[in-house]
Amino acid sequence: MSFRAITGNRLRDGAVVFYNDEAGWVERLTGASLYEDKATAETKLASAKAEAEKERLAVDIYLFEVLVEDGKRVPVTIRERIRSLGPTVRTDLGKQAAA
Amino acid sequence: MTATAFRADPGIPGPGTFGSEPDDHAGIYRYDDLDRRFVAERVEQFSKQVTRRLAGELTEDEFKPLRLMNGLYLQLHAYMLRIAVPYGVLTTTQFRKLSEIGRKYDKGYGHFTTRQNLQFNWIKLEDTPAILGELAEVDMHALQTSGNCVRNVTTDQFVGASADEIVDGRVYAEILRQWTIAHPEFTYLPRKFKIAIMGSDSDRAAIRTHDVGVIAKRNEAGETGFTFYVGGGLGRSPFVGKLVREWVPEQDFAAYLEAILRVYNQYGRRDNIYKARIKILVHQLGIDKFKAEVEEEFARLPRPKFTLAPEIVEGIRARFASPGLERLPAESAEFERSKAENVEFARWSTVNLAAHKAPGYAIVSVSLKPAGGIPGDITSEQMDTLADLADRYSFGEIRVTHAQNLVLAHVRKDDLFDLWRQLDAIGLATANIGLIGDIIACPGLDYCALANARSIPLAQAISARFADPARQQAIGELGIKISGCINACGHHHVGHIGILGVDKRGEERYQITIGGDATLTTAIGDIIGPAVTEEAAVDAIDTMVEIYLANRTEGERFLDTIRRIGHGPFKESIYAAD
Repeated sequence: MSFRAITGNRLRDGAVVFYNDEAGWVERLTGASLYEDKATAETKLASAKAEAEKERLAVDIYLFEVLVEDGKRVPVTIRERIRSLGPTVRTDLGKQAAA
Repeated sequence: MTATAFRADPGIPGPGTFGSEPDDHAGIYRYDDLDRRFVAERVEQFSKQVTRRLAGELTEDEFKPLRLMNGLYLQLHAYMLRIAVPYGVLTTTQFRKLSEIGRKYDKGYGHFTTRQNLQFNWIKLEDTPAILGELAEVDMHALQTSGNCVRNVTTDQFVGASADEIVDGRVYAEILRQWTIAHPEFTYLPRKFKIAIMGSDSDRAAIRTHDVGVIAKRNEAGETGFTFYVGGGLGRSPFVGKLVREWVPEQDFAAYLEAILRVYNQYGRRDNIYKARIKILVHQLGIDKFKAEVEEEFARLPRPKFTLAPEIVEGIRARFASPGLERLPAESAEFERSKAENVEFARWSTVNLAAHKAPGYAIVSVSLKPAGGIPGDITSEQMDTLADLADRYSFGEIRVTHAQNLVLAHVRKDDLFDLWRQLDAIGLATANIGLIGDIIACPGLDYCALANARSIPLAQAISARFADPARQQAIGELGIKISGCINACGHHHVGHIGILGVDKRGEERYQITIGGDATLTTAIGDIIGPAVTEEAAVDAIDTMVEIYLANRTEGERFLDTIRRIGHGPFKESIYAAD
């Protein structure tokens, strides 16, 4: 099943972060809020952007698509898969290293 | 200001007087207090900008152009800091500082780029002021590595050492660094502007792929002058640089460049980023009209202000300390004996050494392309050891090449075997310079926010396929260049075999070109067919190599064979089943 999630980079260190409606910006895709319909996602994106700029938390914020297969979240594009894990050529680095 | 200063703006510090305290490093331009103050002021300025951004006094839209002017990009996983290596030359003190920054603020490695710069991929914004402060301690910075300014001027990695050198391009690259670094007219150009300089008949700097390419030469009277090419460039719309003037006397070197940049500033498009480079202007105006505009502007420039006086050139030349080369016999019995006894060393010597201007010395290229490795990457540990080796064997100096390798420029032939053994011990003795394993590749989708496909895994797969050094040597000169998007940071257009990563409905695919050439016989490669998978791209290269080997005549390079027999046999061999 396909969902939308919000991502960005943390202002202070550039780390990839995901938006959670309750917890705010989290480091793992597993903690991101998922939105089924486009309108809700767009509304959440606008508020996340405004909040992030005001609180100086994250930059370069946008929506991306996520598939949930057997309970596992997988970004649709290669780009977002790499962002959520780390470089494929250095699996000792990025989020995948601590997984 | 002293006689050796050459700045566009009197408010900008010049290099001042020649330093009185010699150091151990040859070939490095020595900063003085004014240069250092200028860099320190920029660090202080950016530190305050970072503080204001983190405090919310600057929005991201306001801050982004400021960080870019200091070489700080936001990439996929973190900020990326691009550090300038003016004309690719570093002292070992600077090299060790880069190693230290990699260890302290990054993940223990750095990545050398096709612009002779170094990138760190895991930088934190909040650490950037401290990093720039540490760089300033060793006369380094990240200026002119981003933004619509004149970027870091590149040159021949063998400059000042090569047997075929006619003019030392470092001197003129440094003059351009001083002339352009804070030039008020060049700070907001329509788009970025890249200049390369060569001082020999061999093009090791891809002259005609730059916005301006300069060849320094001498006339029959022994005077120095310059041939200017303009409007070269890769990216979305590749163009080969066109000859704009065959001979510009030394005294008019800066004036002529000023005239080119003024014409560009006046007529270059600012409404469309894809049409803003000077190559588009030259193409649209036509070279004759462009040339006429430049000549008119050149004639109008007040000569006293723009004249490059001989004493300025000599003053800057003097600030590049000459290495204390010894008088040595041309041949080294030790070197010859070691080659005879060790086949791997002999192969490395054949492939990775170049002729030095001084008898008894050689230029050593250190490959950063191990089979299956990441092109251009080097760990902090390797950097530390390489700095020690450069101190011991090459006057404390290291160069960066546009092909993402390193160079020790002045090594005694007697020392080559010892050096090779120690390079081998840290994985830096790969014998593949200019061969099929010496692949240029951009960071691609593994790191870059602009990329459409990954470049590095394909480079790794190709170099692993052709790992056998004997096979590589038998194939001979063959340059593969890979870009992960149409911006062409991996120079794929001018690869003998070029590969462009594309996104085909969410899948990575690779478009292959052949026949590109980055030297003075510059050519843009031709696409040979539809894009293929990574695995198929590796197989296709293997197939093309076999076609070449089956068709080549005595002494013929891959590129020569392509030019002689055409692209047909290569294309047919790959797409025969379609």
